[in-house]
Amino acid sequence: MRIRTAGVVAVLGLALAASGCGGSDSDKPAAKETAKAAGGKLVIWADDKRTAALKPFAEEFGKENGVTVEVQAVSKDLQTNFVTASQQGSGPDVVVGAHDWIGNMVQNGAIDPVQLGAEQKSAFNETAIKAVTFNGQLYGVPYATENVALIRNTELAPEAPKTIEDLVTAGKKLKAEKKASEILCLQSGQNGDAYHVYPLYTSGGGYLFGTGANGDYDPKDLGVGKPESIAAFQKIAKLGEKGDGALKRSITGENSIATFTGKKCAFLVSGPWAIADAKKANIKYDISPVPGFAGGKEAQPFVGVQAFYVAAKGKNKALAQEFVTNYVTKPELAVALYKAEPRPPALTAAFDQVKGEDPDLAKFQEAGKNGQVLPAIPAMAAIWDPFGKAEAAIIGGADPAKTITAAGKTIAGQIK
Amino acid sequence: MSTSLSGPGSAEQAPGREPVRRGLPRTSRTARNHAPITATGLVVKVVLLGLVAGIAIWAAFPLVEAEHWVGLGILAATTAGLFYLYLTRRHIPAKYLVPGTLFLIAFQVFPVLYTASTAFTNFGDGHRGSKDDAIVAIQTSSVKQVPGSTEYSLSIATKGDPATGALVFLLSDPKTKEVFAGDAGGLRKLDAGEVTVSSLSGKITAAEGYTILNIGQASGRSDAVTALVVPTSGGAIRSNGLTRAYEGKAVRAYDVGCDCIKDGETGKTWTADAASGSFVAADGERLAQGWKVNVGLKNFSRVLTDPNISGPFFGTLVWNFAFAIGSTGLTFLLGLAIALALHSPRMRGTNLYRILLILPYAMPSFAMLLVWRDMFNTDFGLINNLFGLGVDWFGGSWSARIAVLLVQLWLGYPYMFLVATGALQAIPRELTEATSVDGATPWQSFKAVTLPLLLVALSPLLIASFAYNFNNVNAILFTTEGGPFPADNPRNGATDLLITYTYRLAFGAQGAEYGLATTVSIFIFAIVAIVAAISFSRTRKQEEVYS
Repeated sequence: MRIRTAGVVAVLGLALAASGCGGSDSDKPAAKETAKAAGGKLVIWADDKRTAALKPFAEEFGKENGVTVEVQAVSKDLQTNFVTASQQGSGPDVVVGAHDWIGNMVQNGAIDPVQLGAEQKSAFNETAIKAVTFNGQLYGVPYATENVALIRNTELAPEAPKTIEDLVTAGKKLKAEKKASEILCLQSGQNGDAYHVYPLYTSGGGYLFGTGANGDYDPKDLGVGKPESIAAFQKIAKLGEKGDGALKRSITGENSIATFTGKKCAFLVSGPWAIADAKKANIKYDISPVPGFAGGKEAQPFVGVQAFYVAAKGKNKALAQEFVTNYVTKPELAVALYKAEPRPPALTAAFDQVKGEDPDLAKFQEAGKNGQVLPAIPAMAAIWDPFGKAEAAIIGGADPAKTITAAGKTIAGQIK
Repeated sequence: MSTSLSGPGSAEQAPGREPVRRGLPRTSRTARNHAPITATGLVVKVVLLGLVAGIAIWAAFPLVEAEHWVGLGILAATTAGLFYLYLTRRHIPAKYLVPGTLFLIAFQVFPVLYTASTAFTNFGDGHRGSKDDAIVAIQTSSVKQVPGSTEYSLSIATKGDPATGALVFLLSDPKTKEVFAGDAGGLRKLDAGEVTVSSLSGKITAAEGYTILNIGQASGRSDAVTALVVPTSGGAIRSNGLTRAYEGKAVRAYDVGCDCIKDGETGKTWTADAASGSFVAADGERLAQGWKVNVGLKNFSRVLTDPNISGPFFGTLVWNFAFAIGSTGLTFLLGLAIALALHSPRMRGTNLYRILLILPYAMPSFAMLLVWRDMFNTDFGLINNLFGLGVDWFGGSWSARIAVLLVQLWLGYPYMFLVATGALQAIPRELTEATSVDGATPWQSFKAVTLPLLLVALSPLLIASFAYNFNNVNAILFTTEGGPFPADNPRNGATDLLITYTYRLAFGAQGAEYGLATTVSIFIFAIVAIVAAISFSRTRKQEEVYS
């Protein structure tokens, strides 16, 4: 009996000890309180590359203001993770990501609008501000813009083609001379790639969404499946596998840049992210706008924007607003982020500062000057998959009219 | 944990101790009471129960914070129950059963119930949270700057202690240099003499009677700062971060009376629709922010009646069976053939072969799947280049199906080879030797003796492998992504399994629809369960025949 009592006492003692260990956790709220009193904590989520660039600045912001700033890298599915985490109340205070996430994040109540003064707004590239505006509200502070352009191996193709037809002629000649094995590296893959083919689609006359009276995209006016989109895809089909062979499903997101840097194709349609590889491979290149069809409309690439958002359910919203609206708007941070990954800064001052060092930037911006802001409306999510798959089918030789009509129907059915 | 928790118990019951107690009366009660308490048993008990207590306390804090009293009650009851169970000397069977049962509930029953309950909701993008969340989101999103209003420089101050005192916004107008103090009661003009304004930032750096908080202190009271609105005639002054403030107005507001959202500018109203979990206007326009509601059997009827889902469902099901049977059967045949070849006593260097054969099994399969995907590329892929082919592997339905089966074969046969080798070694050679004495050919002896015995041993593994391949997401997502897709249907590709199709529904690019996806997964669960039940009952019959 004595042993049993001793056992009980020991168990209780251990339980207390364990609760003491747990206490290190249970102390946390208390620790938080004291940290709060001394200064709050700001948690930022970004992808790997941007995390590295942000860290020093976040630390500096923390030191200046007597707060703790934590930059956490979320390497995969940042948006999905953020939406799920914020729904459970365990998300960050600030998140960094592409502007076409806005529609989905807003419908899930995951981000709050940000308020920028007129003066602050005017410091930004106009397109960038337009991109982060949704339902008439500004939802993020942009820091970089991006769009695709035609990157050309100047050894193989010294002249920038004026039309797609010129490009095909030049590419075919190179192929005949065995200097290249592909006419054009424009990624499609088996499931298509709406983003990269978009300049050709617009040049053929197609559109995704019409714009409403306030200049916002109107999800009810869907362009996919309309006669214009069929006409555009009829032109694209001529470039496909059964036509010129300039567009192929075997060219994918994984191999398009490598094929270009391997000098197997003279023309690559890609964004600023391809430049690092081209430089590494010592390719002599030049950047020009993606050419359109002869006699067609202007080829307009999508313009995307990377931005900082304030999480609606963040624990430290005031500090998050402070960071996003008053600190991210400083050109130094934009320049640092540019150095981590060369995309044209959205702040005009920062852009001017780096323009001198990097002539490619101006060329990319020139190529995106007439671009269309990538729609951020939730309905856009319904576009990507059906549009891409229709594109892949048409490149492979399917009938454009039938395919695009079906894709339009699917998309319309998914828009709620 | 289940085995170690029963540690002291099993010490009491250990067969080695029986002789010691043989002389004692053998009624279980007295045996238990007289079982000696060993030091090791006691220590194990103490450590494990301590852990239980520690985990319970650790789990309690978030529950208290979230005011989840039901959860806390369950936690307390479970912990108390565990302590009672292992501190008394009674309820021996329960001591063995409880840990396993707890794990079963936590890791099997609860997830299944949760999945099943999700299938009856519209949980997904735009319908994730509660109605209150949606209302808050709608109202916050509609706050707009009052046109032409002033942008103030803000200092956050208190009267009294920085950590607890009531907050006051000290505002200065950068243009007119006027200074104000604002709180929930309204805006009050301050005398310029009472305050010091920084010439650099335009912020108030000191004010009589107020303690100005630095950013660290102010951010520590973030919630209070965000919540403080200073009413004005045009709207309200709100903080924008910790150094600026603006005059804003919430354009949309929730009205409890009509259970609707009203737009103050246009007068438009959106009434709450409990059936769809969203605010809908008279013209059919719905607000983006909705909430999660119970939709009953809608998801189930949608799976069965929506031609876009039920149409491809059957075709996908057929291919799904073909894929699972094909991958399991082909890998089994190849694995068995190699195992038989290496089992032959005349083979030399079998160990080397075995090592080489295991290699594909040792590679991380998802990486190998990506490599295979690139090898099947029409223009740049190794397979076409090596054999001088021009096959558009993933472009045609049948070539894509053959391609994924080939990849599966390569990835899966080493496993079958391994288990077949093991099972072969368990079959006594005398049996096959006996048949050869009887004049049977090797094929006859294989068919009549070896194969049936092998199948008895391997059937459960084959069923498990079938069930695994039936839901083999990686094999499809990393290679064909379900493609190729028919030109008129981007939802359902030639190599799509039910599970990859569900995955696309739930997490696809077009937005998450968890409710619908869980419904489809319930259907898949039912199919796999039926198949497994039938095959196991047949295996049992087979065992009865051969044993």
